[in-house]
Amino acid sequence: MNRYEPPAALHDTATDRLAAPMGRRIDRQAPRRFQFEGTPYAGYAGDTLASALIANGRYLLSRSFKYHRPRGPLTLAGQDANTLVQLPDEPNVLADTQPLTEGLSVYGQNYAGSLDADRDMKLGALAKFMPVGFYYRAFYKPKGVWKYWEPLIRKKAGLGVFDLDADAGYHDKAYLFADVAVVGSGPAGLKAALTAADGGARVLLIEQEPELGGALTYARFATDTAPSERLLDDLVAEVEAHDNIRLLCNATCNGWFKDHYLPVIQGRRLYKVRAKACIVASGAFDQPAIFRNNDLPGIMLASAAQRLMRHYAIKPGQRAVVLTGNDDGYLAALDLVEQGVEVAALVDMRAAPNETKLGDAVEAQGIARYREHTIFEAHHAKAHHRVTGVELRPIAGRGEVGEARTDIACDVVCMSAGYMPAYQLLCQAGGKLSYCDETAQFAISGLPKRLYVAGSANGFHALDRVVHDGARAATQALRDLGHQVDVLDAPKGALEQVNYPWPMFAHPKGKEFVDFDEDLQIADIINATRHGYRDVQLVKRFSTVGMGPSQGRHSALPTARLVAAATERSVSDTGVTTARPPFAAETLAHLAGRHFDPFRQTPMHRRHVELGAHMMPAGDWQRPAYYPSRAGTLERLRCQQEEARHVREKVGIIDVSTLGGIEVRGPDAAEFINRIYTFGFLKQPIGRTRYAAMTNEQGVVIDDGVSCRLAEDHFYVTATTSGVGRVYQSMLQWNAQWRLDVDIANVTSAYAAVNVAGPLARQLLERVCTGVDLSAEAFPYLGLREGFIGEAPAYLLRVGFVGELGFELHVPSRYGEYLWDTLMEAGKDLELRPFGVEAQRLLRLEKGHVIIGQDTDGMSHPFEINMGWAVNRTKPFFVGRRAVDILHSHPPLRRLVGFRLPSTSAKPLEGHLVLEGERISGNVTSCEYSPTLDAIIGLAYAAPERGEPGQRITIRTEGGETVTADVVALPFFDPDNQRQEL
Amino acid sequence: MPFGLLKYGLSSRYPAEVDIPPPKALKSSYDVVIIGGGGHGLAIAYYLAKYHGITDVAVLEKAYLGGGNTARNTAVIRSNYLTSEGVRFYSESVRLFQQLSNEFDFNIMYSERGQLTLAHTDGAVRAFRQRAEVNKHFGGRTEMIDRQQIRELVPTLNLDPGHLPVLAGLWHRDGATARHDAVAWGYAKEAAKRGVEIHQLTSVEDVVIENGRLTGVKTNRGAIRCGCAIQAVAGHSSTMARKAGFRLPVVSYPLQAMVTQPVKPFLDPLVSSSALHCYVQQTSRGEVVFGGGSDPYPLYNTRSTLDLKESLITSGIEMFPFLAKAKLMRQWAGITDMTPDYSPIMGASPVQNYYLDAGWGTWGFKATPICGKTMAELIATGKTPELIAPFCLERFDHFRQINEMGATAASH
Repeated sequence: MNRYEPPAALHDTATDRLAAPMGRRIDRQAPRRFQFEGTPYAGYAGDTLASALIANGRYLLSRSFKYHRPRGPLTLAGQDANTLVQLPDEPNVLADTQPLTEGLSVYGQNYAGSLDADRDMKLGALAKFMPVGFYYRAFYKPKGVWKYWEPLIRKKAGLGVFDLDADAGYHDKAYLFADVAVVGSGPAGLKAALTAADGGARVLLIEQEPELGGALTYARFATDTAPSERLLDDLVAEVEAHDNIRLLCNATCNGWFKDHYLPVIQGRRLYKVRAKACIVASGAFDQPAIFRNNDLPGIMLASAAQRLMRHYAIKPGQRAVVLTGNDDGYLAALDLVEQGVEVAALVDMRAAPNETKLGDAVEAQGIARYREHTIFEAHHAKAHHRVTGVELRPIAGRGEVGEARTDIACDVVCMSAGYMPAYQLLCQAGGKLSYCDETAQFAISGLPKRLYVAGSANGFHALDRVVHDGARAATQALRDLGHQVDVLDAPKGALEQVNYPWPMFAHPKGKEFVDFDEDLQIADIINATRHGYRDVQLVKRFSTVGMGPSQGRHSALPTARLVAAATERSVSDTGVTTARPPFAAETLAHLAGRHFDPFRQTPMHRRHVELGAHMMPAGDWQRPAYYPSRAGTLERLRCQQEEARHVREKVGIIDVSTLGGIEVRGPDAAEFINRIYTFGFLKQPIGRTRYAAMTNEQGVVIDDGVSCRLAEDHFYVTATTSGVGRVYQSMLQWNAQWRLDVDIANVTSAYAAVNVAGPLARQLLERVCTGVDLSAEAFPYLGLREGFIGEAPAYLLRVGFVGELGFELHVPSRYGEYLWDTLMEAGKDLELRPFGVEAQRLLRLEKGHVIIGQDTDGMSHPFEINMGWAVNRTKPFFVGRRAVDILHSHPPLRRLVGFRLPSTSAKPLEGHLVLEGERISGNVTSCEYSPTLDAIIGLAYAAPERGEPGQRITIRTEGGETVTADVVALPFFDPDNQRQEL
Repeated sequence: MPFGLLKYGLSSRYPAEVDIPPPKALKSSYDVVIIGGGGHGLAIAYYLAKYHGITDVAVLEKAYLGGGNTARNTAVIRSNYLTSEGVRFYSESVRLFQQLSNEFDFNIMYSERGQLTLAHTDGAVRAFRQRAEVNKHFGGRTEMIDRQQIRELVPTLNLDPGHLPVLAGLWHRDGATARHDAVAWGYAKEAAKRGVEIHQLTSVEDVVIENGRLTGVKTNRGAIRCGCAIQAVAGHSSTMARKAGFRLPVVSYPLQAMVTQPVKPFLDPLVSSSALHCYVQQTSRGEVVFGGGSDPYPLYNTRSTLDLKESLITSGIEMFPFLAKAKLMRQWAGITDMTPDYSPIMGASPVQNYYLDAGWGTWGFKATPICGKTMAELIATGKTPELIAPFCLERFDHFRQINEMGATAASH
């Protein structure tokens, strides 16, 4: 066999870079040292990790997903998965976009042993036994064995490894606005940006690579390179100088969302761009040819070799074979020769180039030209995992080769089989792909308004046409944005032939890779269709083609062709799978941005913290659950009981600022409240409060509060802490239909509030309250007054959630801390003590009050929870009225009951089940030990026939133990409500 | 080397078993027409053929097999619901799932990883305890676990995200995942083997109703007469029902999900957080899948949005901070038919001979086997199996809803 033997001192010679102007990206004055797989290497600032490794003669960067085949860079543009490596704290990093930094230490990933000697390589030898979708055909017999196989397979799957302590560091987001966003700054993008900017539009030009110019920075457009070099310099200079153009380089436009909402990732920032119009000049992906061992390190796209030379001043190898299906392979061959690479063969799959002069040019360089030939197989030496030679065969038909073989030694193969438009953003926007059989290319159409495609993404490849097409797209954008402009016609001339229609040559021994990410060969795709997975979407799902990190950039086109042929359909009918965002893999840190953890604090929050309160989340708020520091290190239960006892015996204060507050004003205010809530409110007197429960259209109780009538046309209603947002929203929604003459305002955070409760509450208030006669006669239970607490104007509500003499005080929130301090100061000798949510829960339970959301669920209607009294069934309408009526007429399914157990019993937990024999008849919703009653008390849903006091319910507690509880009348404590009405 | 793979390596010609037969002409009449070739429709066809000997069946799929929500869901299988009806139904589904690989002779990769749902509030602890109790009552393996147990189960999880520390967890040992596509293919393969016809690229444009009875359907490939028809078109339940002349209490919302590049295994159970509206699991390929709540507005469009991606990923990183360095690869959406009580609608419809397999919101995949089996029984015998009787459409007329709202939010 004709095999290329590398020179002995490869490592020394390969570090020599080509002379300028090659290497536009690197700074030869700034050497960088780094390690790969523990071996030290050197490169330059401006290198990527991959380019620096290639400069050191190292092509092997990774191991493939399934067969652990050695892989090296394919595109050198971050568009393939072959360059995924492991940084110390980050898996799956693209070595061909990762900038080289001093001291960088990198390893390969997904191997056993070392990257160079991966023990898992033996999996490749088993490929015959791993047909497409092999995992569907095995590992399940006898029943249950998948359990043992799966962990083994999982361990082999996956690529890199997470560092569990990794800190992604600071990331943020910013908004940008533009008239025209141009994606891609190749010749079409540059020209489009200039034309749009000249026309008066504010332009944002987004370029994924470090510099402007796209293919102009690395590709060759003709034998004479001067014109394209001049074009690049001119366009870039003009763009950079233009006031109307903002540039974002090293920035990836990663998606197209409706109305030109574009996420653009640059550095550690996610820009969210709102553009009025968008021109996608994203270029086209150079496509590999498909032959046996086309994945060996050293086999790359022609554009990759050109990038190596022009961007990094690296000679791709010593002896090259160029395989081409278009004229670009000829131009690449000229580049290689000019940079001192011996081109052993130019293998053209066609009979002749489109541009006949190119044939003469390569022959003038002494390059051997093979027409209508292909590479049938590539060889490599196991020792250094790099291509060492190729076997050429004449092409005998579509995908078929003749017998005559030519072996050629080489250490690099450059492929140029055609192009696939970078259609991802356009397809996300709804663009449709169609295949032209004549040019063997996909084209895109059906774009939404103000989205345009230009350049090679639009099927133009000749430089002058690409530039013209950029200008054309910009004139269309300008016109559609209302500028006066003559819209240019599309570039004229014949269709360009840049795609070889069938660059795929099946080999009897396989390993001709269609999808490098997933190790899929020609037969895998065809066999998927033979198994019956004929739709390209099913082929994808069955074979996993296109599902890997490169998301089908190089596999979509051959897959469409193979599936079309295998199922006897056109390529257009076959199509490609849906392109979904993101365009390129995006780190989650970019999507999350800065870490925000918003939560709400009441105006008295600082005081609670000073008191050592244990805080708990309540909706978006933080509320004191209990105050442990008051008596050392008390656990929750004892705090709760002590605080509760204090309220029953003396006086306590609780911050209720989180309660929702909604003001309803206007001539129809009473009518509005009357429709929203179940009770009657039309005749609610001014200066009185009234309980207000709310049902939805299904008759389910969804919120409650207190309605305060401040004036004929002015109500202030409270709502639950977590429910007020919903309540407010639904009020607005209803009134959008009703059109009642009211203003509705959510004033929750405009007020701070406390509840002062306990036998000494009036005594306390008398010390600080002015403007209100606090006597029981003048200010009875359920009364509402306006007055002052110290100097703070306040609403005073006599309500009794905890069942003691109590006042709810609502003050403007800026007085919140003042209110707290004033009361605490005045209550010192009364032993005023703050209590938290936990004590409040116990106190209200002793009174049998339900908490909406805790004692109710998504089905609870008023009659089920003993709230029939809060429903006015004489009024004509309230939201949910019809449903409530129907529910009331049905036999009840369950009922919320109060139950009691001796304090020595096992205590049911909230959520435990109530059983009726083997049937679940309900569940415990609230349960506490009541020190006041020295008993366990609770609320539970039970069978309706168990609803009367004196009956018993069975509850299954922790560990399966059942207890039988007495159903008792509510409230548990102070049944005649004498205490709260004092 | 498992025995099942030897034939591929040792035989000279590739032994391509045909899982899905190639297309053929539509007949003019079938006993049963199933509208929708997703997991559900194919399962009904399979069980009709297997248990009831009914094989003159056509499954009509407007696009490709299993390409709707079967393809788009995140493959969570669980039975830790809240209501007795729900738990009984889904528990049976889990039991059927466990057999499917061997029943199909096709590995659906059923993987019992367990599902952990995190409670960050007292309310969630309460609701989870109830779910655990109901589950245990019906023989399920579900329990409340504390922070220490969570830490042992998922050492990589952050137990103190922001101001919402994890208080407890609902550990559902029966929670599982499977290769969702393979479930549909397995049903298709076994149904086809028994004579069922599967027609892709065949959309039902209208139904033919004579005197209140369904007699046929009109497709893009011509009209078909049939003894009865079943709609199994998750994501378009209400539009299909409208063609049959009635309304369903269904509002459709997009539901999005996303997946990262593959990495080596770090997470076994399926983990979800009700407060963060996010669930995370790692597939057997190593990809990390994120899912969350539905979009906040009704829509029949499977577009992706940036907003949802941002908020979902923010939550995901709260749960697993090191995922900040993971790389998102793909984002997609399905359409969920939400019912008022977050339970499905199965059984008869107002049109005679027209059956409903609808309202599958975010809970359709996990019900595939049991729904197929019971619906097949209903069609074959005319009697509604007890297991699905509570899920009839009339329950909405009678306010007999089966409320699973709390047991479905963001844990799918």
